[in-house]
Amino acid sequence: MSQLFQLVFKATGETLIMVFASTCFSLLLGLPIGILLAITAPEQQGGIIPKPLLHQGVGRVVNVLRSFPFIILMILLFPLSRIIVGTSIGTTATIVPLSIAAAPFVARIIESAVKEVDPGVIQAARSMGSTSMQIILKVLIPEAMPALVAGITLTIINLIGYSAMAGAIGGGGLGDLAIRYGYQRFRVDVMIASVIVILVLVEVIQVVGNNISARMMARR
Amino acid sequence: MGITLHHLSRSYGSLHAVRDISLEIPAHTIYGIIGKSGAGKSTLVRLVSLLERPDNGQVLYNNHRVDNLPQDQLIAQRRKIGMIFQNFNLFSSRNAAQNIAYPLEISGHDSSYIRTRVEELLELVGLQGRGKAPISTLSGGQKQRVAIARSLANNPDILFCDEATSSLDPQTTRSILNLIRDLQQQMNLSVVMITHQMEVVRDACEYVAVLEDGGVVEQGKVVDVFANPSSETTKDFLSHLGPDESTKDDIVRWSDEGGRYTLRFRGSKTGEPVLSRIQKQYDVEINIRAGGIQRVGQEDVGTLICDIIGESDIVAQAIVALEEMGVKVEEEGV
Repeated sequence: MSQLFQLVFKATGETLIMVFASTCFSLLLGLPIGILLAITAPEQQGGIIPKPLLHQGVGRVVNVLRSFPFIILMILLFPLSRIIVGTSIGTTATIVPLSIAAAPFVARIIESAVKEVDPGVIQAARSMGSTSMQIILKVLIPEAMPALVAGITLTIINLIGYSAMAGAIGGGGLGDLAIRYGYQRFRVDVMIASVIVILVLVEVIQVVGNNISARMMARR
Repeated sequence: MGITLHHLSRSYGSLHAVRDISLEIPAHTIYGIIGKSGAGKSTLVRLVSLLERPDNGQVLYNNHRVDNLPQDQLIAQRRKIGMIFQNFNLFSSRNAAQNIAYPLEISGHDSSYIRTRVEELLELVGLQGRGKAPISTLSGGQKQRVAIARSLANNPDILFCDEATSSLDPQTTRSILNLIRDLQQQMNLSVVMITHQMEVVRDACEYVAVLEDGGVVEQGKVVDVFANPSSETTKDFLSHLGPDESTKDDIVRWSDEGGRYTLRFRGSKTGEPVLSRIQKQYDVEINIRAGGIQRVGQEDVGTLICDIIGESDIVAQAIVALEEMGVKVEEEGV
């Protein structure tokens, strides 16, 4: 029993680190791309700096990356992991493909959240003499915040799923534990424990995310 | 600040939203621009307020061309313009005070100045103590007051009102128009009011331009236009004018059978026995169908709908005589 607890405890820690780090990095990558996509959109779609070619180009790349099966993307990114963190197996190494896989997803979520900002409000901000940067930082992001939080919640939940998949190719964490002990060594108890922890994690994050988003809306 | 529009045109694809508009908008007055939806009002205000550049023509503020300013000067110029909208367009992520603070923040004022200025502005629009209120808790009228305070934060010379009262009920509309009029006096603003409501023009504006199909069909002092409308569009607007609850009675109809003639007379003429004089002088009978007096700005404008019965050449003479006495006569279907 204590061995099971130890195993699950360690794996949960690894999962949390993976998910937390890759959420941060995917936001770092995805947020600017998402905002870029939103502001370069054609004027009718609310773009404040319409750049149709750039918009389409970036949009294509994001779509290609998004439609890539994660497991294949991960294998393809092994060399990159080796360059960045020096290894291609283990928790730290998995953060690289996780971040890159989630970044396009984040970009699309940010884009759609920003596009939901009332065009009239953007027009008002422009009429008052806001620079484009001021519109992005002081209008678009704050106005889109509840939708952004909901999007980030979804991203974290997706990343928990991805991180479990990463376990299949030696990524560490709960997925890894479930496969190595639960599947390969017929430890049903480890399998069940891992699945339960993942379910609880997802549920907790969803509830917390919903709460933050709802509280923001209530203050408006 | 006076605004001059010089042969302005703007089209979207094959749609000519604004075609060849030239206008002289005098400084320190309230200038109304009225038109039905699709007449080009919104495009015109976007051009004049520098939110959009014209395809052709020029916009001048105090005889300085502003429609072709480079980006940085354009932004500086926009900070000296106030603008309010039909849907208020307030930031939902900010409370009332933070909304008002926005234009001050973006032009780089320090926070202690912003705090005192925001308090001043809240008081100016009659919302003292409501600074912390989230936008969603405010009524339509209060939202527009916040928007007005926000638009005036940087002490602009010009205030553009784009259908600012169109989503408000009549009573709130009046209180907002009164506020705008007071502020215009107090701050010596040049106000340009875009609207589709003739009541707004009547109650608030000194000058008016009537827009139809992207062009100006009529313009002048509101009293003149009300007393002597020349275009069909203007007459149409005037015939749908709602009651003026603030002052005198509206047009009362005695009979639903339409009179053939519409008589419009202004100012002092409303107090003269013009009609009985005509009846005595010429062999005609005047049968009044409807009539009323409306207050336009500082003057009264009367409207009478009536039949003039008699020999047709004598009726024609009577009409000429009426016109000579300063009464504008319109014949139905002519």
